[in-house]
Amino acid sequence: MSVHALRKSASSSFVFVGIGLPIEASAPAYQSHGTEGSHLTNITNTKKAFPVLAVNYEHVRKPFEIALWILLALLMKLGFHLIPRLSAVVPESCLLIVVGLLVGGLIKVIGEEPPVLDSQLFFLCLLPPIILDAGYFLPIRPFTENVGTILVFAVIGTLWNAFFMGGLLYALCQIESVGLSGVDLLACLLFGSIVSAVDPVAVLAVFEEIHINELVHILVFGESLLNDAVTVVLYNLFEEFSKVGTVTVLDVFLGVVCFFVVSLGGVLVGAIYGFLAAFTSRFTSHTRVIEPLFVFLYSYMAYLSSEMFHLSGIMALIACGVVMRPYVEANISHKSYTTIKYFLKMWSSVSETLIFIFLGVSTVAGPHAWNWTFVITTVILCLVSRVLGVIGLTFIINKFRIVKLTKKDQFIVAYGGLRGAIAFSLGYLLSNSHQMRNLFLTAIITVIFFTVFVQGMTIRPLVELLAVKKKKESKPSINEEIHTEFLDHLLTGVEGVCGHYGHYHWKEKLNRFNKTYVKRWLIAGENFKEPELIAFYRKMELKQAIMMVESGQLPSVLPSTISMQNIQPRAIPRVSKKREEEIRRILRANLQNNKQKMRSRSYSRHTLFDADEEDDVSEVRLRKTKMEMERRMSHYLTVPANRESPRPGVRRVRFESDNQVFSADSFPTVHFEQPSPPSTPDAVSLEEEVPKRPSLKADIEGPRGNASDNHQGELDYQRLARCLSDPGPNKDKEDDDPFMSC
Amino acid sequence: MGASQSVRTEHEFQDVADRTGFSLEQIGNLNKRFRQLSKNEETLSRQDLASISALDNNPLRAQIINAFFDKRNLRENEAGTVQVIGFEEFLMVMSHFRPAAMHITEEEREKLRREKLRFVFNMHDTDSDGTITLEEYRRAVEELLSKAGTIGQETAKAIADAAMLEVASTTRGKMEPDEFYEGITFENFLQILKTFDIETRMHIRFLNMDTATMRCGK
Repeated sequence: MSVHALRKSASSSFVFVGIGLPIEASAPAYQSHGTEGSHLTNITNTKKAFPVLAVNYEHVRKPFEIALWILLALLMKLGFHLIPRLSAVVPESCLLIVVGLLVGGLIKVIGEEPPVLDSQLFFLCLLPPIILDAGYFLPIRPFTENVGTILVFAVIGTLWNAFFMGGLLYALCQIESVGLSGVDLLACLLFGSIVSAVDPVAVLAVFEEIHINELVHILVFGESLLNDAVTVVLYNLFEEFSKVGTVTVLDVFLGVVCFFVVSLGGVLVGAIYGFLAAFTSRFTSHTRVIEPLFVFLYSYMAYLSSEMFHLSGIMALIACGVVMRPYVEANISHKSYTTIKYFLKMWSSVSETLIFIFLGVSTVAGPHAWNWTFVITTVILCLVSRVLGVIGLTFIINKFRIVKLTKKDQFIVAYGGLRGAIAFSLGYLLSNSHQMRNLFLTAIITVIFFTVFVQGMTIRPLVELLAVKKKKESKPSINEEIHTEFLDHLLTGVEGVCGHYGHYHWKEKLNRFNKTYVKRWLIAGENFKEPELIAFYRKMELKQAIMMVESGQLPSVLPSTISMQNIQPRAIPRVSKKREEEIRRILRANLQNNKQKMRSRSYSRHTLFDADEEDDVSEVRLRKTKMEMERRMSHYLTVPANRESPRPGVRRVRFESDNQVFSADSFPTVHFEQPSPPSTPDAVSLEEEVPKRPSLKADIEGPRGNASDNHQGELDYQRLARCLSDPGPNKDKEDDDPFMSC
Repeated sequence: MGASQSVRTEHEFQDVADRTGFSLEQIGNLNKRFRQLSKNEETLSRQDLASISALDNNPLRAQIINAFFDKRNLRENEAGTVQVIGFEEFLMVMSHFRPAAMHITEEEREKLRREKLRFVFNMHDTDSDGTITLEEYRRAVEELLSKAGTIGQETAKAIADAAMLEVASTTRGKMEPDEFYEGITFENFLQILKTFDIETRMHIRFLNMDTATMRCGK
């Protein structure tokens, strides 16, 4: 018994192994129990039964509960996706809130106090992963193209919402019958500012499932991210004022200044940490394993640092992710990139799930003060002010936009303005002395429920109904990519001709500055010169090669494919030795610069392209076969363009085995036919390549064939193997263009 | 023309405005720029365009300059180039870069697309035979990557070939090994760039800015 007492009072100096062997680590434990000491010695002297099994829950209580909650959340998530019909109709966020309600109810029934979504936990642990995930994978091109619109919505829209709602609620409270005459203007404005901000978590959760077109998605999403600065300032402002009770002009002016400080300061802090991260990643070539940690830690530090100064943490996080990404991705290895991607998705997924569940639980737990009029009015006003704000602002914005926002776009932007957990947490942060706290919390929760349930559930059928443009499910087309780059340069040039220093001019200047100065410092090795088009092309090649591996031994699906022969004018494969050597040299150089990465658009929380084939052997194999294919392709390409009918018996090399590309939507295949016995002397060089074919299937020793080629092949293979495995001691030639927006 | 060279009347501008679709103010701005580039002459030559410093770092410099003198872009259905262009021709080329109006019908949108894509097509089709052959496409991609160093040059060919293959398989689908795909016709070009929203992307903001008084690159 006294042993138990000792255990309880000792300050964690016991290591409790499963079989129940208590190990005392601190001597003072004895002394602190003076009288018990002799008792204890008695006990140790008399042979007591060895405690084989005992329970010490207190010891592990906190981590145990945390782990249990997370596990519960994930099991719920798992469950939803197993029920097909449910997940198609109801967005996940709703289901999770319902689960939270149930769990909260259960806990209350048991008699315990359900945990409430602690604001500190929320802001410091649950929110950052989601925001970092959003910021790191932010699609840069659409974002920068629409940044003006996004800022207008974020800043002016939120201000309008806050003041409109606050003002009208104050007016409401003046009406005697409501019974809330004690509420003063500042309190209402404070409430308005809390409820007015569109919430990124909720937006992400709902919009992810409806696959709306890119423009609307980035507008709503960008707005939800950038309005944090406004929310922070307004919240702090009104909270300060509501304590004091009066507002002067100076205060308002300071408020405006504060806004700029908060937002720009946040961005600056984020950018600084971003550059630090990029710079650090330059030197990580020998310690690849910890690369992801740098990304995470620097970002988290950016968030915490800016929170410390009351700057906008969300903007800092976004800025950090955006700044760091191009450079870090050029420096880190493929596996680190995958790790970062997966971890971010994982953490943000868990966070989101936990947030919604806790929201449900907090609803059951929290103290409530219900006032019909107030709450209903809040909900209605939310909708009304949002709609009015969007319509009004779009009217003004459309004067400046080239691609105008249509009515449908406006509707979705207005309807997609969901409120979420940030509003709740801000409300929860209100000190208890605030008289209206409970009322406000109730109203906030109702608004959140309304937006998430009603708007979240109905937005999908509405999108279908209104036939809003969906996300382009387009496969990457190399022609489009060529023309994107082409158009960039063309427009820059024409702008130069008309003497107009426009959009493209500054973009070009920024690119050049970036290339000459910044990349030099932040990217390791010689990797900073590659243009976007080449990176894109390599990515396509890799995708094709991976698909080749995956389709394995399947027979050809396409009956006949267009091959190089069809586009290249027919001619005799008369290639001189010298030329052949030249081709091989070029191909080798090309091959050495090839990357093993496959970057994919990472909007979705739930799915990631799973074609990352990490199997070294198969990668090398496909790399080899790709090289072979390229070699052959180039062989035919360098032939002069005379359209003669083919000489009889002209060699056509069939290149079968496991390396045919079939998917109809993919890269066109290069399809060569079975070699016939050589009948023309010129085809001698090809003959030597033929025996290589069987070797490609089985082994990775490199092609047998020309001696020089073989040797070089061996070197290539070795270099590749090193490139693929992690950590790579040699210089990992893993270059990718920073501005490849994936 | 003649004595009143330096003074264009409102009336003449109105004509041009109707033909090219620019507003009077835009025409006024562009006219100032034209005068600046041509050093107050009536016509613009290649030299004048080549001296613009803003174009120096542009990989497509030569093609852009050529495009201004290409007869196909000047609404004449003949091949070849002209040596000098007047203001109206300048405007005609510039009109390819007008943004789409907000409320246009499907037909007009399609027409606009064709116009803009035709401009790009003409830039690729250097020999004016109506098709972009493999050689021409290769050259185009090489030019595009010409500022990218040796890496660019080596893969330019592979990229062009891959692109050509893509066009062929998209437009022709199945082809016998004996058949030969001559080149990208304009219709094929339209087809492969179907999802490319060129009508919204290929535009310059002719804002109501007085370009001549800005510090423009000469």
